[in-house]
Amino acid sequence: MSRFHESRTEVEAEPDADTTADPDHADQPHLEATDVTVTIGDATVLEGVDLAVEAGSFLGVVGPNGAGKTTLLRALRGSLTPDRGHVRVAGEDLTTLSARATARRVASVPQDTVLSFDFTVEQVVEMGRTPHRSRFATPDAADREAVDDAMATTDTARFADRSVGTLSGGERQRVLLARALAQETPVLVLDEPTGSLDVNHAVETLELVRGLVEAGKTVVAAIHDLNLAARYCDELLLLADGRVRSVGTPETVLSQAALRDAFDARTFVTEQPGSTAPLVTALPETPGHGSAAGDDDSATSDDGSDPGMEHPPIHVVGTGRRAATVVSVLAAAGFDVSVGVVPAGDAAAERAREVDADPVCVPSFSGITGAAAATARERADAAAALVLVDADVADGNRPIVEAVAPDRRVVVGEPADGEPIAAAARIDHLDDVADAVRAVLAGETDGW
Amino acid sequence: MRTSARTAGWCLGLSGVLAVAVAVSAALGPVRVPAVEVTKVLLNALAVPVGAEFGTRSMPGPLFVPAVELRYVSPFAYPVADLHRQIVVAIRLPRILLAAVVGFALAAAGTVMQGFFRNPMADPSIIGVSSGAAVGAVAFIVAPAMLPAWLHWLGLQGMAFLGALAAAFGVYAIATRNGRTPVATLLLAGVAVQTFLGAVVSYLQLQAEESLRQVVGWLMGHLAGAGWAEVRVTAVIVPVLFAVLLVYARDLNVLLLGEEEARGLGIEVERTKRILLGVSSLITAAGVAVTGVIGFVGLIIPHMLRLVVGPDHRILLPTAALAGASFLVVADTVARLGSAELPVGVVTAAVGAPFFLFLLRKREVHEL
Repeated sequence: MSRFHESRTEVEAEPDADTTADPDHADQPHLEATDVTVTIGDATVLEGVDLAVEAGSFLGVVGPNGAGKTTLLRALRGSLTPDRGHVRVAGEDLTTLSARATARRVASVPQDTVLSFDFTVEQVVEMGRTPHRSRFATPDAADREAVDDAMATTDTARFADRSVGTLSGGERQRVLLARALAQETPVLVLDEPTGSLDVNHAVETLELVRGLVEAGKTVVAAIHDLNLAARYCDELLLLADGRVRSVGTPETVLSQAALRDAFDARTFVTEQPGSTAPLVTALPETPGHGSAAGDDDSATSDDGSDPGMEHPPIHVVGTGRRAATVVSVLAAAGFDVSVGVVPAGDAAAERAREVDADPVCVPSFSGITGAAAATARERADAAAALVLVDADVADGNRPIVEAVAPDRRVVVGEPADGEPIAAAARIDHLDDVADAVRAVLAGETDGW
Repeated sequence: MRTSARTAGWCLGLSGVLAVAVAVSAALGPVRVPAVEVTKVLLNALAVPVGAEFGTRSMPGPLFVPAVELRYVSPFAYPVADLHRQIVVAIRLPRILLAAVVGFALAAAGTVMQGFFRNPMADPSIIGVSSGAAVGAVAFIVAPAMLPAWLHWLGLQGMAFLGALAAAFGVYAIATRNGRTPVATLLLAGVAVQTFLGAVVSYLQLQAEESLRQVVGWLMGHLAGAGWAEVRVTAVIVPVLFAVLLVYARDLNVLLLGEEEARGLGIEVERTKRILLGVSSLITAAGVAVTGVIGFVGLIIPHMLRLVVGPDHRILLPTAALAGASFLVVADTVARLGSAELPVGVVTAAVGAPFFLFLLRKREVHEL
């Protein structure tokens, strides 16, 4: 039982609110959905969704568009009654509660609210007190305090008298959050709180929400940005086609396989800088290759690679963003990638580190040293194939390229100058590189 | 809090404006009564209850239970000319007060409907109240022989009232499915029913031969011939209903955020909608039944006041109602001052529509 709930019982006079702090429920999850199924018309939007959120923790709901995230959140805040299953807050089924009692337990910030009228910010925040006030009473000290606190927490007090119609998207989002805070509920449900915000405001908003969680609130939020979700949520729930695909810590939920499955997108997952939270990068889809193209790191032999080698080593020669993209695409396709020689700090070197590939680096502007060249040549020699990206092979990289036989080379684009390099496959589009490499490994280079 | 202080201030000011409008209107007419004289007459007409006693004065038979009767005292007794007293109290005052009460009712209902529908074009008759009243009234005027006898007992005003409520209830029933009444469906059902009832009225007008003038007069809205009986009935119904609306002013604010939001903030949305719709239809019907269709008061006055006091219904609703009262008193004074009396609906539309267009061009009225 968190501090928040204890303080709540003191301010709550109404008997129906006491159950939120009922010690009998202390060991239960605070917010719980069991077998929630929602059909709208003929479509089953949610099917058998189970979830449990501990008091004072933050659950992020992620998933592709149309997965049913908003519907799930509407069920969690009691806006719709599930066709089957139950949503319970501190053990109480929301469908058995009045609108007023529900509004004292769950507050929410909608994805988009039309706030085009001329209410002032303060009036909007004050509306959050509706479930606590009697129809005839004027606002009392507790109302006043809740509104002031909510505006202070969300940093909206300085434009309390402005009309909400004049606010920017970020400010409006904070006002709606303030309104939800003024409701003084143990549970907060946020639908895409960062949806319309730039990265700065998105981080600001989530920092604020994280602070509320630390102070004891139980928060469920649908979050579009997987990396922000991973950074700020205690647990993630991956929803696709109305079903829970996985639930757990961000590290376990955001696996390449799960994301491939849920989003139908090729991604690769590394760690975020300065944190252990996963970093998800989406890659362009490779046409014509279906699910095999984006295999996760437990790739099986059906991706056309050498059946004897689970992760065939590929050496990449090239620098800059295009080389970096090639590194990502190959890594996501399950190859064991090495890069070099590249200047330290180059985009390709950075990307290689992110995907656990080992770049051979030299200090910037120093040219290729003998030792680095030798290391890179060794890597190239050990590789099953070599990919040359736009490189000017005259620039000391030629010995590295030549360490690999021409029938195992893939050239992407044209070298800036110098003579053309002999290769088994030439491609123009970066997306094709994984397919070209597979073709080279399989010895089927016709048409490449 | 600040809101209540602001509300009190505005209401006091607008009540003052209304009092002045009433006094000035009572002074104007074929017989000019000096303003001082009017004030004296009005003050003389005031009676305040000062106590209660068990009375037997209005005993109808030999067996009775004595009832509590209020004792009134008229605090003022200025000497005034009897002619002036007669003109002001018996002729002008009931008409002026009826205008005030009906204007009050229409503006209040219009404010509620605009907030309820979140639509700036909503007015008190949006769910067919006025059209229903028109059908009832016109049927009574044109073809009394076709009506069953018990409806005759209702009279013109009773028929209009009944028609208004029947139309509103019909629209509500059509738009309701599984206990839910989506606002958009309600709006469209209202438009369709209004169109249908408009056709019925047109047909009835074709049948009206010598009574056509009376029909047109009723349809344009009129306050001529209003007596104290009408004033007493509406002045009892309207304030009671208005008090109910006032109690729901805060819910109306929250409803502006959208129904799902409102539910999220603890409002029982469908119940609140039923109450707001029912009460504002009743209050409109009470006005329309007595005076006929007076347009534009319920549309424009809420917009004007929203520009001045903001969208908070706790202050908007009472101020709009008071302003509507003053507006209709002034409009009716203009209507009766000309060489030939105009229907007051003509005046409100002629003055209101251009003013509304002016606001529209200034881009001040385009949202709630």
